[in-house]
Amino acid sequence: MGRKEDNIAKAKDLMDKLNRIRNIGIAAHIDHGKTTFSDNLLAGCGMMSEELAGKQLVLDYEGQEQDRGITINTASASMVHTFEGKDYLINLLDTPGHVDFGGDVTRAMRAVDGCIVLVCAVEGAMPQTETVIRQAIREKVKPVLFINKVDRLINELKVTPEEMQQRFIKIISKYNDLLSKIVPEELKDKWAVKVEEGTVAFGSAYYNWAISASYMKKTGLSFKDIFEYCKNNDQKTLAKKSPIHEVVLDMVIYHLPSPAEAQKYRIPHIWRGDRESNLGKSMIECKENGPLALMVTKIIIDPHAGEIAIGRMYSGKIERGQEVYVIGMPNKNRVQQVNVMVAIDRIPVEYVSAGNIVAVTGIKDAIAGSTVTDDPEAEPFERIVHVSEPVVTVAVEAKSMKDLPKLIEVLRSISKADPSIQVSINQETGENLVSGMGELHLEITEYRIRNDHKLDIVCSEPIVVYRESIAKKSPQKFEGKSPNKHNRFYITVEPLPGNIVKALHDNEIPQNVKKYKNEAMKTLQELGLSKEEAKGVFAVHGMNMFADMTKGIQYLFETRELLKEAFVEVMKSGPTANEPCQGIFVKLVDAKLHEDAIHRGPAQVIPAARNAIYGSMTISEPTLLEPMQKVFISTPQELMGDASRELNQRRAEVKDMITEGDSINIDSKAPIAEMFGFASAIRSATGGRVLWNTENLGFEPIPKHLQDEVVKQIRERKGLKPEPNPASHYMD
Amino acid sequence: MSKGKLIFIGLGLYDEKDISLKGLEEIKHCDRVFAEFYTAKLVGTNLDKIEKIIGKKITVLSREETEKGDKILNSGEKENVAFLTCGDSMTATTHVDLRMRAIKLGVETRVIHGSSIVTAVSGLLGLQNYKFGRTTTLAYPEGDYFPTSPYEVIRDNKKIGLHTLVLLDIQADKNRYMTANDGINLLLQMGEKTKKNILNKDSIICVVARAGSDKPLVVAGTIKDLIGRDFGSPLHTIVVPGRLHFMEVEALEILAQLPAQQGKKIQKL
Ligand SMILES: Nc1nc2c(ncn2[C@@H]2O[C@H](COP(=O)(O)OP(=O)(O)OP(=O)(O)O)[C@@H](O)[C@H]2O)c(=O)[nH]1
Ligand SMILES: [Mg+2]
Repeated sequence: MGRKEDNIAKAKDLMDKLNRIRNIGIAAHIDHGKTTFSDNLLAGCGMMSEELAGKQLVLDYEGQEQDRGITINTASASMVHTFEGKDYLINLLDTPGHVDFGGDVTRAMRAVDGCIVLVCAVEGAMPQTETVIRQAIREKVKPVLFINKVDRLINELKVTPEEMQQRFIKIISKYNDLLSKIVPEELKDKWAVKVEEGTVAFGSAYYNWAISASYMKKTGLSFKDIFEYCKNNDQKTLAKKSPIHEVVLDMVIYHLPSPAEAQKYRIPHIWRGDRESNLGKSMIECKENGPLALMVTKIIIDPHAGEIAIGRMYSGKIERGQEVYVIGMPNKNRVQQVNVMVAIDRIPVEYVSAGNIVAVTGIKDAIAGSTVTDDPEAEPFERIVHVSEPVVTVAVEAKSMKDLPKLIEVLRSISKADPSIQVSINQETGENLVSGMGELHLEITEYRIRNDHKLDIVCSEPIVVYRESIAKKSPQKFEGKSPNKHNRFYITVEPLPGNIVKALHDNEIPQNVKKYKNEAMKTLQELGLSKEEAKGVFAVHGMNMFADMTKGIQYLFETRELLKEAFVEVMKSGPTANEPCQGIFVKLVDAKLHEDAIHRGPAQVIPAARNAIYGSMTISEPTLLEPMQKVFISTPQELMGDASRELNQRRAEVKDMITEGDSINIDSKAPIAEMFGFASAIRSATGGRVLWNTENLGFEPIPKHLQDEVVKQIRERKGLKPEPNPASHYMD
Repeated sequence: MSKGKLIFIGLGLYDEKDISLKGLEEIKHCDRVFAEFYTAKLVGTNLDKIEKIIGKKITVLSREETEKGDKILNSGEKENVAFLTCGDSMTATTHVDLRMRAIKLGVETRVIHGSSIVTAVSGLLGLQNYKFGRTTTLAYPEGDYFPTSPYEVIRDNKKIGLHTLVLLDIQADKNRYMTANDGINLLLQMGEKTKKNILNKDSIICVVARAGSDKPLVVAGTIKDLIGRDFGSPLHTIVVPGRLHFMEVEALEILAQLPAQQGKKIQKL
């Protein structure tokens, strides 16, 4: 048997030995070496040729990834490693580092129990380092630290052994600082990394060696030895003495939890259902003989196999031919192929059980984020909370009219494979909008449409997406009348306090407030709402809430569902520019209803409530919010002027400036609308000698003096009349 | 005072011949004729036949146009306008609203009555008109929207011994008319949803179909017996009887084929 076949046999055998499995993610700031690192772990375990590892980046298999030298898609792979005489199955997800693909990192974290955060020894902890730690902690995924590119420290920066140690200490304490800001109190000490405990490793993914305290003990190697090997250009020997996969995978097996251990505390965190129920117990105990619960975290479109759903099995088994439900979808799906990953190959198996990562075909209704079960009524997993939302949009048209149907099909398929892409297809105007996380994200999507789907398209210049909100509480209630004039709804709106907006974003308040009434009420009161307000909340949409503040109005409860519909409609498309709303607390303060239900049906109540909400927003200083970006620049002293000039032209606000050696780090914040083309501008202004990166920061009010003009532009683009409707428009 | 006049004319219950002579005469003097058929429908006729009998073209208004009212009111300010509606005009609250708005605009208004389902149904069943409580209408549920207040209306009426006239949803734009069977089923579902047992399979219920036609269908019996029955083409109406006077029981037996056994049972209660 070849080594590969041998590995396949071992992997299949380990699949249902829960304490012999580790599901891990590799996450880091862009370019810190995740894919090189992952490739070399695979190679070390005999999963691919050692010659190719780290040079070819087999996990970056897509053409665009190879061409651009960055990871776009999370790739999964697995390997078998022997630790203290026992075989272990390691399922690994290599995530992208570029901010535009951050959605993939968040989704990957839902599938794993532990992760390795890589930090480049030269660059140190960067903005995305903090983000990936945050993403891991949000999913209760335990991180450990790997300090990479140590070879560059020694050979390029030519640090002394002491300086090297100093750098390590600095990176570790920065890491622990970031972690302790985010991690829940009870885990603070447990999850902080410590060199002496072996939760930190150091090495070079490229040159294939690593070291940790535990491994030093085992081999007698010291930092000094490492320094010498690098200095003397003999990293090959080092890689033999202290191979990266041994050091890292030993650390993974010893310090990161098995699925059985992790599901005990992760399930209550990612699933709101009843823990005492059959499904609840089975997931907490990671039972293979329990009801099916599969969380889909990624859909890949394979040219041969079609749509493949990748996800984490939290309970039960998934078998070929089994009929399953995707929660929220009406029809059963039949499972076709069930695969496990061995190395980067999909190996078909009869079934895969709880605790593993699986690749399934046939579940055609699934998207990333779907819960797959054998009971259509089962409680789904919690929504995955993303760090950022789509902020940049292009309008896409087919070059030739006859391709329009194909374009629509392609756009649908693209948004299914990449849930961070939002597609809005307007059958009437024929305008198709594609929104993504940033310029690069859209550029790659355009490339995929042209090259993978072979469709000639024309794209508009990118524009940013906006949000609508209000600046103050409505001065008085606003009356909305039904078309038949027999029903009246009285509405006020007010800005939601920041802490509640944040809680809504972080999914701490259940979107289904009806089902989790008590939980929602409790949380809202803790966040500062009065008991009446908290009790009144009956609908949540995005970062907005709707509360019924009335008392004892007969028949009102019958119109609830309709009021909710009106609310959702307005929150999706606000009065100022038809953009989504954010941070609005809508209150129903009074209502007058016709006695007979037939006169207060959908056609009456929805327009009445909609007008009342629109009207009350219109009299409460409607504001437009624009997406902001953190811009982090590292520039040599002498180019400081050029770099600042670039920032100043873009409404950027400098928050901090730190001198480090010869360079200056500028931490600033700028509206994304002004940041288009920044890449080439700063390159030409500084001869490409400035390093920079960005991170999305959410939405903030656009400066007052710009609002009218921007609103006009958006409205004209959408074919609306230039001015928003006055309040009087909503009175009849 | 404006020059125009707005006359509400009830077309009655079933076909083009239900309009009163007075209504017909009035139309002759009108410059313009509007009508709406969404609150009810004359199932025994069509627009052509009505236009022929009145000798004028009719502009049919949608629900939105009627509720907005601007078309009628604008021409009412200038000319003589007839507004034709099924049944008796002022039973629909929208028409009352329209009339009041016309008066506020200084338009002279008049009402020419037509026969109404409210009296037709009680008449056909032989139930005493003064013993009816609040009328209610069953709406088609839509998704999560399922109003159950009609059930409460029936309960409140029953509590004080009154009958309930239960009208059934008409969605003329979708050519969808609720059948009595749908209506009875909805009532039973409301019972389940509200967990209040006002009606069950053994309760007596009355159905009238095609009131105003030559052969209206008029039946009374238990829900169990009626729920599967084919009542023929629309429109259908349901009555949930309250406390029945012995004269009413007899009327239901003679006019609505209430089985004598069930009649006896009611008498005993
Ligand atoms: N000298 C040196 N170079 C390294 C090391 N690890 C990675 N690199 C180089 O760093 C660059 C980025 O490596 P990748 O593995 O693509 O980094 P990544 O983190 O996967 O990048 P993204 O997925 O795009 O975020 C490549 O040129 C690698 O050869 C290392 O330990 N030493
Ligand atoms: Mg990568």
